[in-house]
Amino acid sequence: MEFLYEPWPWYVAGPLITLTMIILLYSGRRFGVSSNFTTLCAMGGAGKLNDYFKIDWKANTWNIVFVIGTIIGGFIGNYYLMPDESVELAEHSVSALEGLGFNSPGATFEPAEIFGAEALSSWQGWFMLIVGGFFVGFGARYADGCTSGHAISGLSNLQLPSLITVIGFFIGGLTMVHLLFPLIFGS
Amino acid sequence: MKMIRFLLLGIFFGIILTKGQIVSWYRIYEMFQFDNFHMYGVIGSAVVLGAIFVAISKKRNAKAMNGEPFQLITYPKGWKRYLIGGTIFGLGWAMTGACPGPLFILIGNGYMTVFLAIAGAILGTMVYAMLRGKLPH
Repeated sequence: MEFLYEPWPWYVAGPLITLTMIILLYSGRRFGVSSNFTTLCAMGGAGKLNDYFKIDWKANTWNIVFVIGTIIGGFIGNYYLMPDESVELAEHSVSALEGLGFNSPGATFEPAEIFGAEALSSWQGWFMLIVGGFFVGFGARYADGCTSGHAISGLSNLQLPSLITVIGFFIGGLTMVHLLFPLIFGS
Repeated sequence: MKMIRFLLLGIFFGIILTKGQIVSWYRIYEMFQFDNFHMYGVIGSAVVLGAIFVAISKKRNAKAMNGEPFQLITYPKGWKRYLIGGTIFGLGWAMTGACPGPLFILIGNGYMTVFLAIAGAILGTMVYAMLRGKLPH
């Protein structure tokens, strides 16, 4: 039982993600989460504004149901299977984050400076969430897939476009963390 | 009620990403700092096992339960949209510490501010739809 309450190491989480993809393939579906944003727009009537959303969104209902499941799974995982919400971070990351002005990095699952209620009283909090979310939504559609579609499903099927996309993920991520975070959070 | 299967599978996936701490902003930060093997291990093991499964299933001509071939993802050739789109996605991944799956899973984890990021992602999807004719693909 103790295993349920400890954080799961990569060699448990990674193979279980593969298992999720395999079950979806056997169910006659494909593994990808970001397309749900398109479905949500289409459900909301965005097809009237733009042809891109003129899709048969009812065919994607299963994926919306999957996402509702993930929300429930997050709730069960957090409230019933995780007595300790701290994240054990590498020393270098802790000192780098403290240098950016983060208080006690890793004390909770998410940094209060971005996800806490107090984040709403700083421009950085709004900026990181709204602009960050915008880039995730825009980039996923531009690249035609996200981490589950490209990095897991696409790479598993040895797709060169997926490898190029994942290289892009890292160009963007490294630029943000190493060049832009010091500008956003610095002094 | 076929949909129950997808609900249960979603619950399973939400628990994995929470218990594996993949939804934590800090884990993504550490990944881009090359400070922790965790995320490389998660994605690496998922891809290696996935590639082995896909290769074997192709060889054996495996079928989904409905008798159709697997819906494997294939992408059209090219590089512009993948490189530029991927880079923009990467900027956002580092900022929110979340890709699309975790954005939803974090609601369940009790972080209500994540709705701002979801609103941003929906706006990003709409703006892409409006600009896509003018963007290099």
